[in-house]
Amino acid sequence: MSSLRSVELPAAARRAAGARSPTYALVGNPNCGKSTLFNALTGLKQKVGNYPGVTVEKKVGTAYTQHGQPLTLIDLPGAYSLAARSPDEAVTRDVLLGRRADTAMPDRILCIVDATNLERNLYLVHQILDLGRPVILVLNMMDLAAEQGITIRANRLEHALGIPVIACEAVNGKGIIELKLAMSRPDLPLSRHAWEVPAAIAPAVADLQASLIANDGKTPLSARAEALLLLTDNDEVRVTGSAQLHPRTAEILHGWQRRWAGESTDWSAALVQSRYEAIARLAAEVVHRAGQATTTLTDRIDAIVTHPVWGWLTFGAVMALLFYSIFTLAQPPMDWIEHGTEQLGDWLKQSLPPGDLTNLASDGVVAGVGAVVGFMPQILILFFFIGLLESTGYMARAAFIMDRLMSRVGLNGKSFIPLLSSYACAIPGIMATRTIEDPKDRLATILVAPLMSCSARLPVYLLMIAAMVPNDRVPLAFKVGLMLFMYFVGTAGAFVFAWLFKRTLLKGAPPLMIMELPPYRLPRAKDVLLQMTERAGIFLKKAGTIILGISIILWALSTYPKSPASATPVQQIEHSFAGRAGHILEPVIKPLGFDWRVGIGLISSFAARESFVSATAVVFNVENVDGGKKGDVTPLRRAMRDARWPDGRALFTPLVCLSLMLFYVFAMQCMSTVAVVKRETNTWRWPLFQIFYMTGTAWVVSFIVYQAGTALGF
Amino acid sequence: MASSVPLSTLTKGTSAVVASYPKSGGGFLRLREMGVLPGTPVTLIRVAPMGDPIEIKVRGYHLTLRKSEAEHVLVEVS
Repeated sequence: MSSLRSVELPAAARRAAGARSPTYALVGNPNCGKSTLFNALTGLKQKVGNYPGVTVEKKVGTAYTQHGQPLTLIDLPGAYSLAARSPDEAVTRDVLLGRRADTAMPDRILCIVDATNLERNLYLVHQILDLGRPVILVLNMMDLAAEQGITIRANRLEHALGIPVIACEAVNGKGIIELKLAMSRPDLPLSRHAWEVPAAIAPAVADLQASLIANDGKTPLSARAEALLLLTDNDEVRVTGSAQLHPRTAEILHGWQRRWAGESTDWSAALVQSRYEAIARLAAEVVHRAGQATTTLTDRIDAIVTHPVWGWLTFGAVMALLFYSIFTLAQPPMDWIEHGTEQLGDWLKQSLPPGDLTNLASDGVVAGVGAVVGFMPQILILFFFIGLLESTGYMARAAFIMDRLMSRVGLNGKSFIPLLSSYACAIPGIMATRTIEDPKDRLATILVAPLMSCSARLPVYLLMIAAMVPNDRVPLAFKVGLMLFMYFVGTAGAFVFAWLFKRTLLKGAPPLMIMELPPYRLPRAKDVLLQMTERAGIFLKKAGTIILGISIILWALSTYPKSPASATPVQQIEHSFAGRAGHILEPVIKPLGFDWRVGIGLISSFAARESFVSATAVVFNVENVDGGKKGDVTPLRRAMRDARWPDGRALFTPLVCLSLMLFYVFAMQCMSTVAVVKRETNTWRWPLFQIFYMTGTAWVVSFIVYQAGTALGF
Repeated sequence: MASSVPLSTLTKGTSAVVASYPKSGGGFLRLREMGVLPGTPVTLIRVAPMGDPIEIKVRGYHLTLRKSEAEHVLVEVS
């Protein structure tokens, strides 16, 4: 508990620290313009990372006062209440309470509220004022409030609360100078706002407060605030990296909670009620509404986008555009990157003396970096769209109309976009799950996302369908149908497993789908682009290093031990660790109809599934297969048709091709996905589980299909 | 004459006043924290195309919740 004491400075020391350069925390409800204000205050001087142990973005920036004095500003995740219901809100609560060792308790708090929706926004402010820290209140979107006939008398609010209240329009920079002036004040008054805690609760508050002061090292004011919070916070969302309560305090808390459970009055609800009563008194004093509420633009847009007919058309169009962009717009840059990587590799081979180090550089490092960078176009495009959908407000509508469908398998409407994106690539899809607040829904979505057939499986399906169909007289519709069937099987698998996981592993009280539908707003290009590059940067830094490492390991596996120089590529790969692994694997995959050569293809797929095509080409000694994408697969197809088991049976019978395709539908074979899942879940446990359950399912499905097919004489 | 009905049964465009809640679980506490309290006027704006969830207007903003949640919240239609 000593770490707690060290961040909880006595008031005098805090004032002294404040005189130097106080740290500000920026806090507010989601959709109140917090990011825009943060960007307006800090410009591009910001650093994005993660709170250790949780996948919650940590944004820290530097703002300069009018006199050029730097101020540190922490942008805390958007929250509706300090009684946290998501990891995001838990981080906000814990930083403000000084419970996190990785983030010093901020000296001052900047609360931003949406002036068009003052009462609900003030709820969080009301909780924060209890903390007994200097607070500046920012009334954002004053222009939009005025448009709706809402006038807020900032000076009256300032007088009532006893803290600086700044009217502001973050989008166009109005009020920023006034805000900076307030922020650079050497001393800020503490709020003198008082509200009545229901009398029946007072003993519980006093009890907990005393224990928090004595056992957890809190100051009296913040201990009172924390006591009030603990009594309301019956959901107890905890995040890694935050200090736990002292056992004695926890005991007192549970004692009161048990006692209240037996009473007929819901005391935590009573606390909420008295806060809202205090807020209503404030609002009556400062808010003036002119005339009746009229139909807003948002109402008119919503009448269309959530309409039973037009709503689906809009949704379909938006999703088609999103999907089409990830699939096609990303292709040219991905081809350039692939081409550039190859050229760089070749150039290295030519300009460096031949040897293992040169090979490591060209086939290991450059190829690995190429693989990482190759994901960037898709990730950037997806994050651009997600940023756009979030900041306009459409994201919440998409979740609103999809919720019914997703709730059938225990997910919620917000899982839809990550799953849809996974048809292009599971990596951006999994990274997009950050928009899902509920940790269990998020994890379930991450676990099933790689079952959606991604674009890297496409070359494998194409090759297998080409090898399977004995001649070209088979109608095209059959091939297309077979391909669509693979997509269908993967999608159905994703939903079945989501349903299963939500009933077993990730069981829990169903999360409430309480979601705000924010008013539509025109996003600022700067905010969307900044968010896109920040998220992509996190991928490069964190997942990129793991992908690079595994690339080098895969390179070594197919290179060592070395064959004599006279060996053909086929002999070399058979002699290598990868080739030996293929042989070792054969008994396991023989019941599926695969031999060791297919085994090498399966192992190579770990770099990327489409590598199956090039690896198979090497194994069957076919030249010039350009990853199977645009190249001609005819020679490879012929070689595969001629491939035989030692006893002379054909290897790639139609049944084996089907078995292999189904294996690719289900198996977890992509190291980049493994790296991203590790990154997004913060543990190796879930990616390992995913490898096990997906590849296990793949094996069972292929086994059943191959064995049943063989028994039936196919 | 006021009558108490579940919030989930309101028809589109109907306004009502929240009357009572079940004794709060974590989720209902959040609904209260979002400003949906006994005595608060709410208006049912629409139902999602597939029949669930519902959208209500409360304290000047829009909120969605599932019918399975809304059926526990009783409202009084005047």
